[in-house]
Amino acid sequence: MPDGSPLPTCRPETGFIPREIFSSRAVFDREQETLFARAWLFVGHESLIPRPGDYFLSRMGIEPVILCRDEAGEVRVLLNSCRHRGMRVCRAERGNTRHFTCPYHAWSYDLSGRLVGVPMRRQLYEGVLDEASHGLVPAGRVARYKGTVWATWDAEAPDFAAYLGDVRPHLDAVLDHRDGREGGSEVIGIHRWIIPANWKFAAENFLGDTYHNPSHASVDLIGIGPSARSGRTGRRDEQPAQHLWVSFPSGHGVHSLIAPPDNPYTPAFRDDPEAEAHFARCHEERVRRLGEAARLSAFTGTIFPNASYHGRQPRGICVWHPNGPEETEAWRFFLVDADAPAHVKDVLRRYYMRYSGPAGMTEQDDAENWLYATAACRGPISRRQPFNYQQSLGAWRRGDPVPGDVSLQITEQNARNFYRAWQAHLDGAPWPALIGQDT
Amino acid sequence: MTSPAAEAAIAIGATPPPLPPDPGLLLLRQEVEDFLLHEADLLDERRFREWLALLAEDIVYFMPIRTDRAFGEQAGEFTAQGRGISWFDEDKWTLTKRVEQILTGVHYAEEPLSRVCRVITGVRLLAVSPDRRQVTARSRFLVRQGRLDYERADFVGSRTDILRREPEGWRLARREIILTDTVLLAKNLSIFF
Ligand code: FES
Ligand SMILES: [Fe+2]
Repeated sequence: MPDGSPLPTCRPETGFIPREIFSSRAVFDREQETLFARAWLFVGHESLIPRPGDYFLSRMGIEPVILCRDEAGEVRVLLNSCRHRGMRVCRAERGNTRHFTCPYHAWSYDLSGRLVGVPMRRQLYEGVLDEASHGLVPAGRVARYKGTVWATWDAEAPDFAAYLGDVRPHLDAVLDHRDGREGGSEVIGIHRWIIPANWKFAAENFLGDTYHNPSHASVDLIGIGPSARSGRTGRRDEQPAQHLWVSFPSGHGVHSLIAPPDNPYTPAFRDDPEAEAHFARCHEERVRRLGEAARLSAFTGTIFPNASYHGRQPRGICVWHPNGPEETEAWRFFLVDADAPAHVKDVLRRYYMRYSGPAGMTEQDDAENWLYATAACRGPISRRQPFNYQQSLGAWRRGDPVPGDVSLQITEQNARNFYRAWQAHLDGAPWPALIGQDT
Repeated sequence: MTSPAAEAAIAIGATPPPLPPDPGLLLLRQEVEDFLLHEADLLDERRFREWLALLAEDIVYFMPIRTDRAFGEQAGEFTAQGRGISWFDEDKWTLTKRVEQILTGVHYAEEPLSRVCRVITGVRLLAVSPDRRQVTARSRFLVRQGRLDYERADFVGSRTDILRREPEGWRLARREIILTDTVLLAKNLSIFF
């Protein structure tokens, strides 16, 4: 897009989306200003920082942040940038410390971000420097949710629960114990890799692009799931269920399942009797604990804007950090129940590694597609043709059988809703409008 | 995890000093080097099934993930084989699946197939069993991957391999691959190392 021309407007309800939003630097810069600087973003997981002094380097948009636990046990999210000349005050990715001391001129900060050390302060800064206002910049708000940590730069942002809205039970199905108890997950590993593609392709893929299944034909032909050695093809055992594609006012979208009323256990670990017995037992307990609510399970989803999940197996949260209009840094946090037997964790981690990420047999093909779709947004001739988002246009209904806008067929409605919310953020809409509380 | 090869693994960062001079080892090193270069040729030529045949049935194929740690805390730099998530921590079944996937012809990350050149160099023996039927070898690699028109990825690192002499010849029983990346600066690890 030439300098000075207005940003393209996205009106997804038409069924078309301009290609520029996937390649324009001006759009990318606006996203940083008005979207990533305001929305609730996934920062990490408490299992990464169990003890006071533990820290983990993370990101919020293009901003580097430190996720840490201070001496009092409080979880903090701090901009990793010295208040003097901006140097990163913490450069080891994980560890334990009492202070963050800047490598440049050695200002130092405590775990709550307070500026506690300035070399030669009395000679050089006496009566001038106000230390109290020179701490590391904290996130505007931080929320801990079932082990996960989220933050927003905007102190005026609504509560995380209000931001989630009705997507909450779907996210709960990701974060809760397989046996239905609340929370209880831990991160067993993190992938970080570069995808030369716009971040929105990945976010959109996870919020319910079920239509892209043909791109995974190769794994489906050979079978890579936990029942593959027993002769099952595909990526996993499919359970009989009603598939739902649901979108929400804040921009979230999910692909979830509703099991039949009798909610039977579907074998999914045929290659490993011990894991199968474990998950069958978890399923029974979940049904006993949650009753009717246990029929809902989360398949994939995106919490607006860039935190996606796989809710069943391989289970994890993937964050699509924007590096530039054509580059994304993907981070996947792999989740298991912390108290699962060691053998079950071993079965899961092996499945995760062969399925997910840049070495994963499934996701390699995703990255290939996103790269070339992004590249197709550069040319002036290509850009004359917007992308088509007409799939299942209008085929949804509100609140049936779950809250949200529900489609019972494969749909691009979740994507249309995502770009509606995206446009509202780019327009700088007030918070009530951004979370559907303005009516 | 408890195969003889796993027990003989040399811990990352604990490379032993060179073996004492021994004319018999010269020949052994030549055999190992030929094996590794032949293997690279098979992979460059996409003779994946023939490559699989060179892997022991109990192979461990491991590429850890690295993270930067503060001075004095480097113990956590590499993920561990047998625990958590690494780039690769695989057995022969999974490696066979990866080959089968490429051979479907619709694995789009490898269709069209990547053009790969593996430069394997600096082969040396780190350990030799008394009966000389099991050898631990270190090598360095530069792997260049080309895809379609503009895509190029370079991988530089080292490998620590355990080779075992079986009735049919040398077989790879364990491979540990160390890259320099923390954040992987390539979009995929769709090739073999
Ligand atoms: S930049 Fe940190 S002390 Fe100067
Ligand atoms: Fe996919």
